[in-house]
Amino acid sequence: MKAFAALYAALDASSSTRHKVAVMSDYLRTAPPADAAWAVYFLAGGKPRQTVPSRVLREAACEAAGLAPWLFEESYAAVGDLAETIAHLLPEGAATDDTGLAQWLQTRLLPLRGAAPADAARGLREAWAGLDWNGRFLLNKLITGGLRVGVSRQLVVRALAAVSGLDAALIAQRMIGFTDARRSPEAQHLAALLAPTQAGVTVRDGRPYPFFLAHPVAGEPDSLGDIARWQAEWKWDGVRGQLVLRDGQVWLWSRGEELVTERFPEVVRAAQAWAARHPAQAAAGTVFDGELLAWDSAASRPMPFAALQRRTARLKPGAALLREVPVRFLAYDLLEHEGRDWRERPLSERRAQLERLLGEAGETDGAGDAGSAVGPREQGEPGEQVEEGKTGEQGGQGEPVDTVEPVEPVEPVDPVDPPGALPRLHCSPRLSAPDWPSLAALRASARTRGVEGLMLKHRDGAYGVGRVRVPGGGWWKWKLDPLSIDAVLLYAQRGHGRRASLYTDYTFAVWAEPPGEGEPPALVPFAKAYSGLTDEEIRQVDAVIRRTTVERFGPVRSLQPTLVFELGFEGIAPSPRHRSGVAVRFPRMLRWRTDKPIREADTLDSLRALLAGARDDPDPQGPHR
Amino acid sequence: MPSADDLVVLRPEGMYCPAGDFHIDPWRPVPRAVITHAHADHARPGHGHCLAAAEGETVLRARLGGVSLQLLGWGQTVVHRGVSVSLHPAGHILGSAQVRIAHRGRVWVVSGDYRVEPDRTCSAFEPVRCDTFITESTFGLPVYRWQPQHTLMAEISRWWADNAAAGRTSVLYGYSLGKAQRILAGVDAAIGPIVCHAAVESLNRAYREAGVALPPTRLVSEVTDRADFSRALVIAPPSAGTAGWLRRFSDPVDAFASGWMALRGARRRRGVDRGFVLSDHADWPGLQQAIAATGATRVIVTHGQVPVMVRWLGEQGLQAEAFQTEFGSEEAQSA
Repeated sequence: MKAFAALYAALDASSSTRHKVAVMSDYLRTAPPADAAWAVYFLAGGKPRQTVPSRVLREAACEAAGLAPWLFEESYAAVGDLAETIAHLLPEGAATDDTGLAQWLQTRLLPLRGAAPADAARGLREAWAGLDWNGRFLLNKLITGGLRVGVSRQLVVRALAAVSGLDAALIAQRMIGFTDARRSPEAQHLAALLAPTQAGVTVRDGRPYPFFLAHPVAGEPDSLGDIARWQAEWKWDGVRGQLVLRDGQVWLWSRGEELVTERFPEVVRAAQAWAARHPAQAAAGTVFDGELLAWDSAASRPMPFAALQRRTARLKPGAALLREVPVRFLAYDLLEHEGRDWRERPLSERRAQLERLLGEAGETDGAGDAGSAVGPREQGEPGEQVEEGKTGEQGGQGEPVDTVEPVEPVEPVDPVDPPGALPRLHCSPRLSAPDWPSLAALRASARTRGVEGLMLKHRDGAYGVGRVRVPGGGWWKWKLDPLSIDAVLLYAQRGHGRRASLYTDYTFAVWAEPPGEGEPPALVPFAKAYSGLTDEEIRQVDAVIRRTTVERFGPVRSLQPTLVFELGFEGIAPSPRHRSGVAVRFPRMLRWRTDKPIREADTLDSLRALLAGARDDPDPQGPHR
Repeated sequence: MPSADDLVVLRPEGMYCPAGDFHIDPWRPVPRAVITHAHADHARPGHGHCLAAAEGETVLRARLGGVSLQLLGWGQTVVHRGVSVSLHPAGHILGSAQVRIAHRGRVWVVSGDYRVEPDRTCSAFEPVRCDTFITESTFGLPVYRWQPQHTLMAEISRWWADNAAAGRTSVLYGYSLGKAQRILAGVDAAIGPIVCHAAVESLNRAYREAGVALPPTRLVSEVTDRADFSRALVIAPPSAGTAGWLRRFSDPVDAFASGWMALRGARRRRGVDRGFVLSDHADWPGLQQAIAATGATRVIVTHGQVPVMVRWLGEQGLQAEAFQTEFGSEEAQSA
């Protein structure tokens, strides 16, 4: 425990990645394997289920520190981190506990789960008594489940690679599932991570591959060169996922390595139906990479992301929710075929095989092809054969043709999906355009289609790991410019973590109607944002907030309106739950409009205009820009 | 609650003593001001006439230039319009004073900023008995508890020695007035050369002129052999740490010395390799101890964690209230 607490403190104190990898490697070389297994689990983001309710933790801390609850809460508001607050407040301890991490967890921490509050509180006090500041902080972090140490999973992988002498990509692949909350990490799991390689071994079980991530296009995409070398797709606003079929079984993983198979039964049924038609491939191993999307069949476009969130939040969706928010999986890559790892093959080859397997042509220039094997058919339900109506002449065989005429793209799916016949497992279409300006025109239509923009993938590129750049290849995301509005800062709340004690979480408002002469109209809050400012700007805004506070409500201050910010957001949707009537997606501050008096901020009408533009305005950028 | 008999009231230009017709640390220009110490949020330019502690003369002149300055020795009393004014050490920086104001049997003390743990760069904080105590509360939360100074100085020295052994320049940011000189006086100067930013060096000079012994220091610009940097401790104000400025050093490691470094969030926001929790303000136990030692039954809180301190003092049975002042604008740096 002491060794890991010291490692944690060293990682926390360092801002150099090189140093972090070095101290992790040192720890991993010297720690007993059972302890090291737990350490890797925590450092890589593993979280045990909460052992003690936060309320019990607070009460035990108040009692041990002899503090009134209000003073504890004030301290917490200033520190911004419950675990750290408690570590600061506890009286000096004896720091005599020398138990190793694994044993300490088994004997001290894990038994607290499910204990009666009084027993949990006693267990906590005993545990605190034996620890120094670092140990207490770590213990509290383990309980609150917020053990983030400024170490990315990638850094842990690098340390493990350094210790084992193995390739980092191999470690990354083996790491998947290591942080699964349902099992305790043990020495043998760590040994498996670090075991020497055997030639030709592929990933077994239901484990997915590490996701390959895209970089944003910097500037104009024509810097990428010849458009013919690039495959364009919609950039969906859904949940990234891998659909793994092996040995007749189906697993669905979301990014973040969460197994979500049970959450999306309709997608799993579609995959099973596909497996029934392709028994050999499904048994040997097939892995699709793609996007989970809540789909509005009537409008032939994805539902707002918030709809999908209703599904991701539900472990086992009920029949009503399944009907209201149907989900589909649009595949855009093939990572494993016939049990072999295809990631090193060029995208063009993977894509052609993907289209052969799912039976669709990718180009959405109107020449869609249902192919011979036909799209998904949900098990046991007749008449569900879909996507057949759009059969075209372009076969799904071989390298897809670079169609040059199009520009007029069709919807990714047949606009008149009969109810209940939504194709649940489908290819995400390729988009074709003769040149970059034509592609830019397609991108400009993204918002009305409910997508974020475009993806550009090099046809010769391999499927990489994480954000690592692939020489000459790579994936680029070319998102729409955000919608934007000038809004007035109305409330501020203190931040957490590195922003604690500064007012960094802001609520913004627009005018209910245009300010005229006389009595100013009301300000209507519509969005919260906390990113986009530099540290220096944060300091300046913080000072203004303290000067212009009207009232305090706990950690929140209401402000005399003085500051205007340009807010950007990715999407806007009607919302009866918000006073403004709209919900915006990914709001953040684009600029501090020091040049604008508050009377020149935007109004509710400006928001409504953006909403109308996002829904059906032919000008996809909306009237605001 | 405020009454007509109060010796100190709040006015738009700052704290004011109606009976004596003078201000204490006002933030707007006034004819007569008592200045507790030379930090910029307390010692502002433009006043007609200033009264301050003799110990702080050199630093006040370094900061305010040719101001009309009347100096008082510790405990020495001047009587102005029937009001007795004396100054007592606050232990914050060189010359920092608490202002004792006595009139018709009432005694008020305005503390300015204060630190209760003594060090050798300034006179140690001295509790002064009074009826009403006007206090700061910069670190008025129980999460702020300082380590003893010798522990911190040993940590800083060890950090410097480790860096020097690795041939790396140790760049330590600290407020140029007070904090920097306290570090100079506290570290083990035998480890290597000490180099100071010009903003720090001008105040080192003021401290030395006042008779405070500091180890030899050089300006960054005076270092001709860049190899000297490899074992050097560089002391600079927090604003100096730009990439261009750092480039001249040998693979620099940086650290920040401030009470704010007690919290991980503040450390990470700074983005330095190391934070040393070294403050020139009282910590939570120090504030409690100082307030109790005055014997005051009424306490007025001026800046920092004001609502927390007011509520806590109220719960201790004291009459507690707040002045909304403009102090603390420098607290992020000077604390």
